[in-house]
Amino acid sequence: MFTILNSIWQVFLHTFRKRATYQYPEKKAPLSARWRGRIILSRDPDGGERCVGCYLCAAVCPVDCISLQATEDENGRRYPEFFRINFSRCIFCGFCEDACPTYAIQLIPDFEMSEYNRQNLVYEKEDLLISGEGKYHGYNFYRVAGLAIKGKDKGESERESPPIDVKSLLP
Amino acid sequence: MSETLYYIIVVFGVVTLMMTIAPGLIWFERRLLALWQDRYGPNRVGPFGLMQVLADMIKIFFKEDWIPPFADKKVFVLAPAIVVVTALMSFAIVPFAPGISVSNLNIGLLFFLGMSSLGAYSVVLGGWASNNKYSLLGSLRAAAQMLSYEVFMGLSLMGVVMLTGSFNMNDIVLAQKNRWFIIPQFIGFVIFMIAGLAETHRLPFDIPEAESELIAGYHSEYSGMKFGMFFVGEYLGITLISSLIVTLFFGGWFGPSFLPPVVWFFLKTFIFVSLFILLRASLPRPRYDQLLSYGWKLLLPLSLLNLLITGAIILSG
Repeated sequence: MFTILNSIWQVFLHTFRKRATYQYPEKKAPLSARWRGRIILSRDPDGGERCVGCYLCAAVCPVDCISLQATEDENGRRYPEFFRINFSRCIFCGFCEDACPTYAIQLIPDFEMSEYNRQNLVYEKEDLLISGEGKYHGYNFYRVAGLAIKGKDKGESERESPPIDVKSLLP
Repeated sequence: MSETLYYIIVVFGVVTLMMTIAPGLIWFERRLLALWQDRYGPNRVGPFGLMQVLADMIKIFFKEDWIPPFADKKVFVLAPAIVVVTALMSFAIVPFAPGISVSNLNIGLLFFLGMSSLGAYSVVLGGWASNNKYSLLGSLRAAAQMLSYEVFMGLSLMGVVMLTGSFNMNDIVLAQKNRWFIIPQFIGFVIFMIAGLAETHRLPFDIPEAESELIAGYHSEYSGMKFGMFFVGEYLGITLISSLIVTLFFGGWFGPSFLPPVVWFFLKTFIFVSLFILLRASLPRPRYDQLLSYGWKLLLPLSLLNLLITGAIILSG
């Protein structure tokens, strides 16, 4: 009997509590930096595309919403010819970000992407590509990878010594 | 002639008022529940979200008025009307202020008890006519609940009747000029309050509709305005029980004279409507057998005891 009255009283005391609701369109909810929202493609510090078209994101995507076609430019750098994410399928699991070897694909704290037309939810590369580096600063895949491209031969990248000439006997 | 006109105005005034209050209460309840759950509730449509009710009403009016092919059509249509009609009829005996009541019946209280008994038919017939197992279970529960709680609902009021010596609602209010009946009849008030909750099958006694067990209980098959009628009937029931609590135990229209009697009456009524909503916000639903044993084993003897003691005091004093 007392517990019933007490619970009524405790609920009544909530009259004077602060309300937990965010009045959404006027007041935005705070999103953490790791929040998994809209997907973007980032660029390296020199302004080149980070994506090397390895297809790992498309392979790991559980709903198959990523499709791309890799190609190679005249410098020998791989890049996606097209990169398409269908956000009407995307479940924002973040597997693509985990799988990406070059920090190119990233999920950012933004969820306001409603559209009146379903077709507008299919984002092409120019919609996905941003001009900055996203969450990972100062990383450039071609500067640390051993891959030879035009202007950077084998052994010339950071933290890498020149290759040994196996045909020479000199030390 | 002018007297007839006066009564016509009062009758239409009461009906219009009640039909306005019932949807208004939907908004009121949603806002209050939200307040007690640290939310806002409807606050977008119109000032303070008041137009939300209007939007819901327009929606519910334009919904398809569908009768399931397996239902008993006539009874199915009749059932929601009964609950609204009986609730509105009961308002006929409520004295809102000196001179403002639809009917000054000398058996007013009995009329109310009779009408609330008839109201049980609505739920029972609605569940029966739906031809659906959940509806039938809900209406079976409703029948048992309302019948058993009606018994001491009447008995709890007999203390008031004995103190007044009349069934007339006006006389009952006038007898409380110096002392509200809440003081000598506190047990009667508590029992009437609980029985009223069960009678309007409000939470925590919403066992006939118990959505977590029976989908929507007796109105599972109802939609559109027929469902709306059940809804309006429920809110009319809350207002009715609250206004009766005020009339019978809290001195009706009496109050300090800086406000007119009608305002006092509605102020008190709304306090009790809020209390009903607070009970909904805070209490869990009892099990079905708990409800019945609570009624028969605790409340019925208590109301009889209350009756006995009141009688003894009247006889000795």
